[in-house]
Parts: sequence; C-alpha cells; structure tokens
Amino acid sequence: MSMKNRLGVSLLSLGLVGSAVAADIRFDGFPDYDSQLNAILGGFSAHEVGMLMNEHGGHHDRLKTNLATGSGAGDVVLIDRGMVGSFIGEGGFVDLTDWYAPIADQYADYAVAQGQAADGRQYAVPVDLGPGVMYFRRDYMEDRGYDLDTVMDSWDSYLEYGRQLKEEGVLLIGDAAAVATAYWNFNVEPGNGLYFDAEGNSLVTGPRFKRAFELARQVRDEGMDANIGEWTEEWYAGFREGRFATQMSGAWLLGHLQNWMAPDTAGNWGVSHLPDNTYGTWGGSFLAIPKQSSNHEAAWGLIEYMISESIQLAGFANIAAFPAHTATYDNAMFEESIDFLRGQQARLLFAEIAENVHPVNPHRGDQIAESLIGTALEQVLNDGMDIDRALANAEQQIRRRVR
Amino acid sequence: MSAQTDIRPATLSSGLTPDRGERMKQLWHKSTPYWFMSPYIIIFGTFGIFPVFFMIYLSFHQWNPVAGLQSMRYVGLENYVLSLTDPMLWQTMWNTFLMALYSGIPQHLVALPMAYLLLLLGKRARHWLTTAYFLPYVTSTIAVSMIFFVMYSKESGIINLSLAWLANGSMTQWLFGWLNNLLPLGWVQENSLIRYSVSFVVFWKYVGFNIVIYTAGLATISDELFEAATIDGANAWQRFYHVALPLLRPFIFFAVTLTIIGNMNLFDEPYVLTRGLSQASTNGMTISNYLYRIAWEWLDMGSAAAISWILFVVIGVFTGLYFWFFGRRGLGGH
Repeated sequence: MSMKNRLGVSLLSLGLVGSAVAADIRFDGFPDYDSQLNAILGGFSAHEVGMLMNEHGGHHDRLKTNLATGSGAGDVVLIDRGMVGSFIGEGGFVDLTDWYAPIADQYADYAVAQGQAADGRQYAVPVDLGPGVMYFRRDYMEDRGYDLDTVMDSWDSYLEYGRQLKEEGVLLIGDAAAVATAYWNFNVEPGNGLYFDAEGNSLVTGPRFKRAFELARQVRDEGMDANIGEWTEEWYAGFREGRFATQMSGAWLLGHLQNWMAPDTAGNWGVSHLPDNTYGTWGGSFLAIPKQSSNHEAAWGLIEYMISESIQLAGFANIAAFPAHTATYDNAMFEESIDFLRGQQARLLFAEIAENVHPVNPHRGDQIAESLIGTALEQVLNDGMDIDRALANAEQQIRRRVR
Repeated sequence: MSAQTDIRPATLSSGLTPDRGERMKQLWHKSTPYWFMSPYIIIFGTFGIFPVFFMIYLSFHQWNPVAGLQSMRYVGLENYVLSLTDPMLWQTMWNTFLMALYSGIPQHLVALPMAYLLLLLGKRARHWLTTAYFLPYVTSTIAVSMIFFVMYSKESGIINLSLAWLANGSMTQWLFGWLNNLLPLGWVQENSLIRYSVSFVVFWKYVGFNIVIYTAGLATISDELFEAATIDGANAWQRFYHVALPLLRPFIFFAVTLTIIGNMNLFDEPYVLTRGLSQASTNGMTISNYLYRIAWEWLDMGSAAAISWILFVVIGVFTGLYFWFFGRRGLGGH
C-alpha cells in the first residue's frame, strides 16, 4: 500500500468515525439497503442518519444478541419476513400501532398483518414485499409449442409439462424441494399461519403438507429435477446453461438472474403466477424500532420517510425492492416492459399478486417448524421415507420444541 | 546546603515509620506479577470462566434471547429431560461419534508410518515435508471446507469428474466401469455419503498435526537404539514396530486424546458441507451443529446450554474410558 493510499484510508476511516459520531439515529440492516439509504437520505434532513450494514445472516444474529443484552441495536432495524414471527412478539420492539394505524390501509394488507404480534398490535411495518411467482423459460414454453395457461392450470398440469420436457432432455426445476415449499407456502387456509393455526396447533400433518410432499416426491422420483441445492454454484450454472425450465421464487429473483446469475439468458425468460392461480409471497422485509433505542420519535420519522410513496418508488428503481405502498402500483414505472423477460410487463403481475395475497399469521414457532419440515422433506426426497411418517415425526418434534 | 536539608527530613520520616514503608514496598513487590497478569485474568474471567457458570445457570432456565435478559424463567431440570428424550440429540450424537471414528482412526494409522518415513528421509526433506503436511492445519477451516464443497459438487466437482474419467477411459474402463451406474455421486447431498465426505475433510486437515507430533516424538528416540536394532538384523519395518512404536506410546496417547476431544466438538466442517444444515443434515449434523441450531435458529438458549453440558459429560466419559484403558501404558507406566 503506498503512503498516499494509506493516508487516504486513514482519512476515510476518520471520516466514517466522524459521521458515526454526528449521526443521531442509526439504521441497522443488510445490503442492498445501504445503496437505497445512500440514494434517499439526502431528502431526509430532520436527523443525521448513520448506518450499520452486515450480510443478511450476520445482521439477524447481531440483532438477536442486541435484543438479548438490551444494548447495541440501531434505532431502526430491518427484519426479514422469515424472522419477523419469532422476533416481534417477544417484547423487544416499540408498539407502532398509534403511529401506523392511520396510514396502514395504504400498504398491502397481508404484509401489514405479518407485522402484528398475537396481541394484535403493530411492532413491525412492511417496507418491501416478495410477491411469489414462477419464472419460466420461454424457449422451453411457447417456442416449443406449449401453452402457458394450460401448463399453469393446475399442479398436475405443471408436472405433466415436466414429464414432457424430460423426454426432450430439459429439467423442470433445479431442486424438487422448491415445489413443496411453494405449495405449502402458497396454499395456506384463510385464518391459519404457515405451520400453526390461530390457536397455535401444528398443521404439518394436514393435507396441505401431504400434497406438497407428494408433488415434490413425484418430481424427484420421476427425474424431473437436478437434485441441486438452491443458491449453490451448480445451481447458478444450471441457470446459465439453461438446464431448468422453471423456478418459483419471489419476484426479486429477477434482479439476481439479470445481474449476475444468468445475464446471458436475457430474452429467454418469462414470469407467471404459480400453478392453480395461487397468489402467495416469498420474502419481503420489515422495519421496526427496538425498545432500547433512545430516540423513538426520530426513528419513526425515518421509517415514515422510508415507507412514503415516493421513496418506495425510489427503492423499486434503486434496488428493485418491491413497494409495500400499494398506491405506487399506478405509477407509469409499473407498465414498463422488461427486456430480460422478452418485453413482458411483469411489474403489473407483481402488483396484482401483492394486492391479492391473503394474510398469513406469523407464529413464534415458525423457525422451528421450518427447519424440522425441511429435514422431513429431505428424508422423504433423498432417503425414501414414508411421507406420513416423516410428517408425524416432524410434528412430534415441533410439539416438543415450541414451548 | 539545600542537599542537606533535603536529606534530613527524608531520614527522619523513614526513621519514624520504617515498618509501613517496608510493608508497602513488599506488598508492591508481591503484587507486581499480578498486575502484569491482570489483563489475562480479566479477559479469561470474562470470556472463559464467566460463560461456564452462566451456562450452568442458563441450563436450568428457559430463555428466548430475543425477549431480553429479564424474560428468563426457571424451569428446573426440564431442559435436561427435554434434551435427553430428544431423538434428534441421539441421532446427532451418533453422527458425531461415527464421524469422529471415520476421521480419527485413519488420521493416526496414516500419521504414524508417515512420521517414521519422514525420519528415514533425513533432516532436509523432513523439514520441508512436515511443513507441507502441517499447512492444512493452519489454514482456515471454513476456507478448506468451502473448497471441498466445490470439489464434492455433483455435476462439476473434480472428484466426480475424475471418477467419470476413470469409468470411461479406455485403459481404466475394465476396472472402474461399474462406477457409471452410481455417478454422479451426491457427496454432500446424500445422507448415505455425507459422513464420509465430512470425515475425509477432517482427516485431511488434521493428519499433518499428528505427523508433527509423531515426528517430534521420534526425534526424542535415541539413534543408538535404531543402530543396535539394525546391527541385530532388524529391517525397517521391524525397527518401526519393535523400537519406534513402543517408545512413541506417550505421544500416541496425547495425540489420540486431542483427537477424541476435537472430533467430538466437530462443528465447522459439517456446517459448511451441509450448507448450513440445509442438506443431508439427518446424517451430517453433529451435536455442536444441533445445539447451535437450537440456540440461534430456534432461540432456545436454555435447552442449548443443557445439550452442551450433556456433550461435556459425553466427552468426559469417552476421555475417561480412554485413560482408564490406555492411561497407564500410554503414559509409559507413570
């Protein structure tokens, strides 16, 4: 490192310390929210905002420690949808109901409900959504004479499409487990949570999970998937090489596909709702204020700014964070056609899904159930365990563990 | 003049309280080493001793960390009962035990003769090769495991590609052709393979450490013994088996004890290779992985604390049994 560089780095770090000292509220989150904040904070003059960014897992682990010890958390924290259930009901966050209730109807209902604890109070507010969709390869769909509506008509027709593709040497999906996950995530009975009903009884031995497991097992046993774990190098390679015809995910997968996973496949993709016309969500983030923050008012000021209409649109443009604010869906931006998806006006579909999803109540046992169900699915798909037995085992464990 | 006036009060005052000054001086002398040690004592107390006691306390409480310290609730032995009747605990303990065996036994079976070979090769080669074998040990476990994860990958991993090359090569097909029925092998996807895949990484990483211990051990054996054996007509194998091996006993004992303790605590390698416990976790998850999951994913600190005490007892029992059976001979009769 040259002397000049060294000087530059030390000046930079001094500058960082300086800005951290000057900031009167701090935002704790994970990337890409740093890009979004850097872009929008110029318009927020009421307070000086500092940032503490960690990667997704690290951020949530840090937050757990902060809440455990009652110190060190930022004034505003970003929480992933998957964690929100186990976090908000435990008393560590400020009740935002009085501030949020008057504007709550401007945001997607289901996401608003997800930010509420069992006592009905609002502890976290949605800042971006993950409308659940199916990405598919157009060159394996209409270019080969298949009709999208027929394929997506039901889960059975979707599997039938997979069987025909297999004959042609194309795999339906990278990992069969995604089929099961999509099914149980997207077919939640009204009033129930993902894994628990309103009274907290486990639902995992019910028909929704059985059917989900059966679908995934058909995909695996008939060789329609590659049995490659998601988010691994081989999975990305599968997309680059065009081995998989479909992938269900949050709308946000588009950004990943387009920017780094498979940029060369532009124009070959399309997006659809899930089979059987299911509306569901896959991911999304929330904002909350830890009780330990000393400046609740200022923190709420920042949240209010971040969820305001124009900033929500800016987030969509800057980091492809899908707005929770439903009035933004009328903006011209939503009608833009997307080249990567062969000119499809995909954002209109995302908006339609976001407005039609039913609320799914979070439960403090969601994390436990999720990993136990994941293990059960693995045992069924990889080790050939009987579905009923695997689910019964999982339920027994969930009962023991959710205390 | 001024010097004299300065001296006088000094002698006077020291004459007045000779004991007190002396005592202060002695106290200062005695306490000096503790002042020098204090940074270590404070750090060790905070991060070494306090957590042990806190864990004992924690294992009798139910605590969700997200709810804050004040939410701790005394539950008596509930965490222990819950854990000991948990089929997952026994499954993960079995996994840990098997992986400890699969990786531990080959480590020593390879390291012992390898150390002896290095000794035969002479000083220069020995220094270079020991360093090379030791290198995996000082490399970050996470980095090593990630590289192996890539090597194990199903479609593009070097291991499966090499096997496919062997199975289809014109020279090797007659011997390896049967592999085609099995390929591609899911080294880190399949529950039937994961324990071997993890064990191999552990073996590869720690075999060098044992080689170093054993070469050091062999260096303590006097050359005269080997010479005498040679004169008596012993060949290299006999010198290894009848001279080197018996004298290495204390070193073997030490190295095996470390292996038992280290392998029972296995965490990083299985965690990375099962992709954060998301694949092949039924057979690939160790107790340490499981207690981490309970603590940080399931947010049940009390139960995790109870499991870590159970693990502590298990390691204690294994080490104790080993001492009981091999201790006397292992320590050379002392």
